[in-house]
Amino acid sequence: MSNQPARRLKTLVMMIIIVCSSPVGYTFVSKGMKQVGWQGWSLHSILHFFIQGFTNGTIWIGIGLLLAYFVAFLVVLSWADYSYVQPAASLSYLIVAILAKYFLHEVVTPLRWLGVIIICSGVFIVGRTHVRSFEDLAP
Amino acid sequence: MTTIVILYFIVVVVGTGGEMCISRATKEIGEVHDFRPHAIARHVLAVVKVPWLWLGISMMAAAFFALMGMLSMANASLVFPATALNYAVGAIGGKFFLKERVTAQRWLGVTIVCVGVVLVVLGKG
Repeated sequence: MSNQPARRLKTLVMMIIIVCSSPVGYTFVSKGMKQVGWQGWSLHSILHFFIQGFTNGTIWIGIGLLLAYFVAFLVVLSWADYSYVQPAASLSYLIVAILAKYFLHEVVTPLRWLGVIIICSGVFIVGRTHVRSFEDLAP
Repeated sequence: MTTIVILYFIVVVVGTGGEMCISRATKEIGEVHDFRPHAIARHVLAVVKVPWLWLGISMMAAAFFALMGMLSMANASLVFPATALNYAVGAIGGKFFLKERVTAQRWLGVTIVCVGVVLVVLGKG
């Protein structure tokens, strides 16, 4: 189709927002949730879990970033296939692993890094396919 | 352990199902061509009238709370790769629920991603 380069450019911009805002947001949520801690399945525990979670500033920073991710995701899905957007967004796993190591001070083993690199290889293969695959079926 | 497994199921299956519902809702409205704020607002107002969106949002909210629960118990570098199992669920759902054409190349990519996910989960600290 004639506007394919423009569509690719706007897809790229939206994917950058999706790929960056999500891992940074989840890193903040993760940091906040460690402060809250799991308290069990009883009604009182779950209520306590939500109250503590939603009065935690770190978690709210994360939720703000995830909201940006969600809006970008909602917009990009209006023209790109779900089965294209979701795998491409998996670059987030590399960023999460880096942030987990350097910001959350988690131990990331060599096997886990290898797994992350393999995930990115899979993403690269997926990323080379067309943005809107069902147009290929048009006569 | 049981808690983690229950939360994990909600994150992967319910979360992916929710994303597919949202995809279906946005495709019913059509593509965004105008990125000016009022045009985006008009588009959002049209999308919020589609029931699939609200089903999707409810399912994604449940998945998000389950993920918060998982993150309160386990490391982010373990939880996130583990949830990447939704690539398999997403590809299958994209093909059968959204009627998208999932090519052999894309299946290969998704399979490689899944192998990576397994290694990440096995690589415990």
